[in-house]
Amino acid sequence: MPKTITQEFTKGLWEELPPFRLVLGLCPVLGVTTTMENGIGMGLATTFVLLGSNFFVSIFRNIIPAKVRIACFIIIIASFVIVVELLMQAYAYKLFLKLGVFIPLIVVNCIVLGRAEAFASKNKIPHSVADALGIGIGFTLSLGALGALREILGKGTVTVWETWMFNLSSIFPSFQPFDFMVQAPGAFVALGLMLCVLNVIGD
Amino acid sequence: MNEMIKMVVVLTILASVSGGLLAAVRNGTEAQIENQQLEFVKGPAIKMILDGSSNDPIADRFKIMHQNTEKSFFVGRFDGKANVIAFEGAGKGYGGDIGIMVGVNIDEDKIIGAAVTTHSETPGLGATAKDDPGFVSQFKNLSITESIKVTNDGGKINAMSGATITSRAVCAGVTDAMDIYQNLKPQLTEKIKAFNQ
Repeated sequence: MPKTITQEFTKGLWEELPPFRLVLGLCPVLGVTTTMENGIGMGLATTFVLLGSNFFVSIFRNIIPAKVRIACFIIIIASFVIVVELLMQAYAYKLFLKLGVFIPLIVVNCIVLGRAEAFASKNKIPHSVADALGIGIGFTLSLGALGALREILGKGTVTVWETWMFNLSSIFPSFQPFDFMVQAPGAFVALGLMLCVLNVIGD
Repeated sequence: MNEMIKMVVVLTILASVSGGLLAAVRNGTEAQIENQQLEFVKGPAIKMILDGSSNDPIADRFKIMHQNTEKSFFVGRFDGKANVIAFEGAGKGYGGDIGIMVGVNIDEDKIIGAAVTTHSETPGLGATAKDDPGFVSQFKNLSITESIKVTNDGGKINAMSGATITSRAVCAGVTDAMDIYQNLKPQLTEKIKAFNQ
């Protein structure tokens, strides 16, 4: 039975939540989630690329010859990644400085190519857009949550767009920031802990 | 054969459409990106070098073509006279190009200061070139004709410990800037005159 558009959207939020349920696209997940802001910024950039690539791959799905489909997908994806990079440089330069090389690397993010190949090339436009939105928002929330966890344990604070700041030591005065969590090995530990929690809930 | 033609046609059309789209986006965002870079990367470096100038060096800028690229020059006014220009040179570092902003006093042909702008060096080692003003302060008061090298290569600049490649790259960047300065000196003097009228 074909799924409805709503089902395509919601599956990305839980059933097929990219980093935690599918365990896909881990490079940016581990690399940029040192703060919540970085995680959300990276997630939104990926969502934009995913939306564009799913939309256009779905439009051209009957024209693209099967033998060169991957090349066609990559052209579409790479174009959107460059658009994101330019827009971010123009309107969110501070975020661009922090995310650095991870933005061009969205081209090889397996979630984006995976959705184009496994979903958009076989489904109608509205379903593909719903799928992209669901997976994208799920990815953004996952990165945001992981970033928030690492930031709060590693620095003891959570900052939202430089204006609002939550400080853990105002609630627990004896809390000592745990530097390890914002460094690379801490990313694996935090990801493992979150996977564990989500698996327990999932069962 | 038919399939072959279809593949070529589809790929060609896709590639050219996306090329056109990217060119349009690039054109549309170019000015804005330049402003952002001026504000966040070059701005702080220029302000550091031209500390104490009575004008706004970022507003008083002009461009000259040098070897097919447009270079920006920032004018600093000291004691009522516009006699300092700041501009960027580049050197090859450990992790890619290092941009270095150099301020030159056009009357005395002397470097008045230097600061690293864009780089991708290792944090804690090469990146110190940007974070620690001690290293770049060595370029102060050097004459433009002096050869700018680290002590190991027979020059005057003390390299940063653990970052010889970066230190050399910064020296190469300053040398590059001095070459540009000497090539363009007549045009620069001409342009500066306009600011002093």
